[in-house]
Amino acid sequence: MSANLSAILYLVSGVLFILALRGLSSPETSRQGNLFGIIGMVIAVTVTFLSVGNFSSGFVYVLIFLAIGGSLGAFIAYRIPMTAMPELVAGFHSLVGLAAVFVAISAFINPSAFNLGTPGNIKLASLIEMAIGAAVGAITFSGSVIAFLKLQGIMSGAPITFKGQHLLNALLLILIIILTIYLCSTQSSNLFWILIAISFLIGFLIIIPIGGADMPVVISMLNSYSGWAAAGIGFTLENTALIITGALVGSSGAILSYIMCKGMNRSFFNVILGGFGATDQTSGNQNKEQRPVKSGNADDAAFLMKNASSVIIVPGYGMAVAQAQHALREMVDTLKKNDIKVSYAIHPVAGRMPGHMNVLLAEANVPYDEVFELEEINNDFANADVAFVIGANDVTNPVAKTDPQSPIYGMPVLDVEKCKSVLFVKRSLSPGYAGIDNDLFYKENTLMLFADAKKMTEDITKNL
Amino acid sequence: MEIDPFIFRLSIFILSIFVGYYVVWSVTPSLHTPLMSVTNAISSVIIVGAIIAALSGSDGVVFSSSSIYGFLAIILAAVNIFGGFLVTQRMLAMYKKKKKDK
Repeated sequence: MSANLSAILYLVSGVLFILALRGLSSPETSRQGNLFGIIGMVIAVTVTFLSVGNFSSGFVYVLIFLAIGGSLGAFIAYRIPMTAMPELVAGFHSLVGLAAVFVAISAFINPSAFNLGTPGNIKLASLIEMAIGAAVGAITFSGSVIAFLKLQGIMSGAPITFKGQHLLNALLLILIIILTIYLCSTQSSNLFWILIAISFLIGFLIIIPIGGADMPVVISMLNSYSGWAAAGIGFTLENTALIITGALVGSSGAILSYIMCKGMNRSFFNVILGGFGATDQTSGNQNKEQRPVKSGNADDAAFLMKNASSVIIVPGYGMAVAQAQHALREMVDTLKKNDIKVSYAIHPVAGRMPGHMNVLLAEANVPYDEVFELEEINNDFANADVAFVIGANDVTNPVAKTDPQSPIYGMPVLDVEKCKSVLFVKRSLSPGYAGIDNDLFYKENTLMLFADAKKMTEDITKNL
Repeated sequence: MEIDPFIFRLSIFILSIFVGYYVVWSVTPSLHTPLMSVTNAISSVIIVGAIIAALSGSDGVVFSSSSIYGFLAIILAAVNIFGGFLVTQRMLAMYKKKKKDK
């Protein structure tokens, strides 16, 4: 296949990838968008086969390995529970990162296969692109592995901090730049290996200080990195499809990180520097006065809801942990049968990744037009009779609006306290991730329901 | 003076960042999780590099030191491609509108 024709076809697949993302602007067009993405991928792979044009025994092995990976991926995709989506995405990011590293290594060992020169005499620009692709890929890989372990609970979600952490990271980053410069002048393969090793180390070091609830930012950020790694390799291979895709994914992840940071009213650097939630523990415990709390049972909750005309549900990460989304939907169905208006309010950082709650509710067959974002629904709390908070905490804390001393001051929160009554499903009175007490617990109109989210929801349904 | 082809690729790259910026802002927040899984799937187009690497062995030698990395990368990218697109499809199939009769 001529180089020009394949370049045009790579461009076509790049455009199809753009359309795949464009489709996600509404659920109706999204499925078609995904199809565009698949077609784009098929074109890119086919064109690569045709332009390499080497259908020797190696080709058979390519198909075999493709089938192995493909069936593994398909198996995972069908078996994974929706609550584990953050782990899955983190895991997948690590694979992209590692694949980028492998491609860069291969190109370094055998540059002539990629038309980049000969070993020890690689074109300067290619070498820089290769080094960038490999470094970013390695950071993505080890960072995603740590994110995965934290999300999976294998590693504690608590931030791991030590003295001089930031200085060490900064020094390592500078070291990478110096190594890249030396690599360009010496073309030494040892330097290339050291570069990759240090990049792995950096990925590890930048993710360990970040706490569990900051995972939405971390996952988005790693999403972005995987894109930049792909783009770096795309420059090395002079491949338009890879360059376009890398840029798309890179900016997509960056935007998601931005949205998540804004949802917490924290700067990106504040999140990345990490340690949030660990340092506030002491101050949180000091002023732990005993304030009266009204607690109730499923019966009380059912009574309140039965007499309401509109109910707003506020789900959070706790709902995902308790796998309560189906029980919740059943409760809402019963409410609707009693002519009660029900809607859902989703905070931007609810859950462990962007849009996490929306997927869980969709899985439980909640129609997406009953689910609202913070800005869309926040004014409705004043007119609603009951707010049902299930597994959320910090995102409902009115302190964010009233107390400038609070670590979460300025964070956009759901105006749950404006409801006539608030039902708060929670295991105990323990503070949320930010390590601060939630004023909402002690409000006159709040009824605490101390129980497992799923069990409580089921009990309420029985009592309705 | 002739323009280095690198500049053309850089132009594509920069313009794609802008395209990505505007396209992603128009993605509805409720679909942010599928957005992540689909971007993950498409970034696995890195498999084109893996295929070239895997087929780089000279005549008769299928597994050279450089092609082995290619084969490994093919497995990783294939997991991502199939896993990413299928899980996205599975998620998107769940997003339903309210039934009219309710």
